[in-house]
Parts: sequence; C-alpha cells; structure tokens
Amino acid sequence: MSNGCGAPAQGGTIDAGTTETVLEGKVVSDGTPVGGAFVRLLDSTGEFTAEVVTSPEGDFRFFAAPGSWTVRALHRTGNGQADVSASGPGVHAVEIAVA
Amino acid sequence: MSRENVLVSAAWSEENLQAPGVVFAEVDEDTTAYDGGHIPGAVKIDWKNDLQDPVRRDFVDREGFEKLLSAKGISNDDTVILYGGNNNWFAAYAYWYFKLYGHTNVKLLDGGRKKWELDGRPLDKEEVVRPATSYKAQEQDLSIRAFRDEVVEAIGNKNLVDVRSPDEFSGKLLAPAHLPQEQAQRGGHIPSAVNVPWSKAANEDGTFKSDDELRALYAEAGFDGSRKTIAYCRIGERSSHTWFALRELLGHEDVKNYDGSWTEYGSLIGVPIELGSGKEA
Repeated sequence: MSNGCGAPAQGGTIDAGTTETVLEGKVVSDGTPVGGAFVRLLDSTGEFTAEVVTSPEGDFRFFAAPGSWTVRALHRTGNGQADVSASGPGVHAVEIAVA
Repeated sequence: MSRENVLVSAAWSEENLQAPGVVFAEVDEDTTAYDGGHIPGAVKIDWKNDLQDPVRRDFVDREGFEKLLSAKGISNDDTVILYGGNNNWFAAYAYWYFKLYGHTNVKLLDGGRKKWELDGRPLDKEEVVRPATSYKAQEQDLSIRAFRDEVVEAIGNKNLVDVRSPDEFSGKLLAPAHLPQEQAQRGGHIPSAVNVPWSKAANEDGTFKSDDELRALYAEAGFDGSRKTIAYCRIGERSSHTWFALRELLGHEDVKNYDGSWTEYGSLIGVPIELGSGKEA
C-alpha cells in the first residue's frame, strides 16, 4: 500500500472476500467510459470524504465504511452523481453517468 | 498577507507560461499524471523521491533541497508556481517546504491540476529541461514546523486543527477513504483538537474558498484567533493545505504544520488520545 495519501491506481479487481467496504464502478458518458474524471465520495450528509481520478477505463474505487454514500463525478464534458448503499464489507458496484 | 501574493489563477497561469523568471512545478506523490501530460514548461517534483529523505523519516536536508532545485533549474529569485493533483495537497506541502527553506517568491496555482483540467486548458508531454542553477537554501524556518513534544504541550493551550475527515477524526477510519484501511497505529485524534476537514476550505473545483467563507468556517469550528495554532492530518500534506489557508490567506501569524501528524502521534507510547466527535454532548 501507499505510505502517503495519494490515490493508488484505479481499476483492476479486488478480492470479493475483502474485509473492507469497497465502493467501485465506472464513470460513463452515453455508455462510453470516461477516464480522467474527478470522483468525489460524499457521506450521507453530503460532506466530502475522498476523491480519486478515474483510470483510462473510467474506473474508480473507494475504501469506505458501511452506510449511505453519494459518488459525484466532475469532468470537463459534464458532471453527474449516484447514490450507493453499503450494507457491510464487500464490493459494492455503482455507475455514474456524466452529461 | 493578501491572496494575490500567494495564489495565482489558472487564467493568469495560462497567460504567463512563458514569462521570464516564472517557473511552474507540478508536485505529486504519484507522478504518472505528470508523465501523461503536464502544464507546458512545468518541471516535475516527486513528493516522495525528491522531497523525502530516503532513509530517515524526514525531509531532504538543506543541502538536498539545494541540489534538487539546482537540478530542476530553479533560481533563488524565480517566482515558483506550484500545482498538483489531489486538490493541491502535495503542492501545498511543497509550498510549505519552499517557505521552510526560505524561498521568497512561491505561489500556488488555485485549484491545481483539477481546475486546469476541468477548464480544458492545455497539457503536453514535452520533456522539460532547464539549465542547472546554483540554488542556495536557508536554514529551516522552524516557526512554521511543529514537532511531537510541542504538539503534546499544545493540548488545551493552542488551537489544534485536525483537518482529516470526520470518520478519521473519530477513529472510525484510519486513512482517507480512497486508501486501504490497514494501518498499525491507533485511531482517534489529539485531545482538544477541533475537526475542520481540509476539504471545507476548498470549492468542488479545488479552488480555495473566499477569505470571508474561510473566516466563518474556522470561527464556527471554535478556532480562537488569539491563540497559536498547529494543524495536522495523517502525513502532513492535507494539513499543509489548511496551514496555507490559515497563515497565507487569512494572515494568522503563528501557525505551524505538524508534518509527523497522525502517523506519528497515533503511534507514540503514552500520549493521550480522544475518540468520537470530540464535541461536548
């Protein structure tokens, strides 16, 4: 893992048996993946929690905690957001459409 | 301290890419973004390989800083414009570090790489080579750097501003949510610290909020302007961002960054730790 606070590479796969609460997915525009989008993780009160930049394939991933979250994507071509609920540890998928 | 002395806009930057005596430098922990496209003419500073001591847990020393800036082609009288990803965290850290070693003219590009990219401004992959210089650094200015004993003594006396997310502050998470959570140290925060996440000082596009908004933000959190201040986070870069807001933008005079931050404090034996929101019920 990283010793710092910079985001690790986005994309790839993570063990489905993980003990972490993972929120991951793609940013898409008309069904096409959007790389280089800024994805912000907001908690249930709308407060900013973390941010990553999507991989060239549009992938992003957060290591969160169980609860309700919003993921919001910013890109020069448009913005978008989606809600995701994580009941517990494991991988929770979510897609964000930007327009 | 006024904003124009320490911050430049993306628009100003684009107009001044070729200006004599102005050097742009991208600072990141992961420099693959730079390699994939950077602001035209900007040199690359690798936060880990260039700014951290490879053996001891500390910065490169004065001589190392001189060697780095000389090799990057930065002169003592250049105006250095720093920017980077992660909402300028590492650029703010580098800004603090340039100040620590006495560089006179250094500014942050407001919004960093994010604002630049969201604006659709130009990036290129041209290799940037500047003629080497003979840079001279000053002794570290310890009036802006806090060490652990000073932090322990500051409990209940100075403003301790914990700029991590609320879940890290309470002890629920040990790292920001874009990182895996396995960490050896304890969770929680330094007793008497107020929690003002760094992100509250920034707009969605990464630019800093206005001075009025910043003043209201810290006042509301219980920040006492008559007290000395120490800011910390997990490794000292997010707190550099807040140190910049408090000292460089709002003009508070005695503000230090505790670069040891939670990775040091949360691993110390015998120091007090507070859990939860820290607010009186």
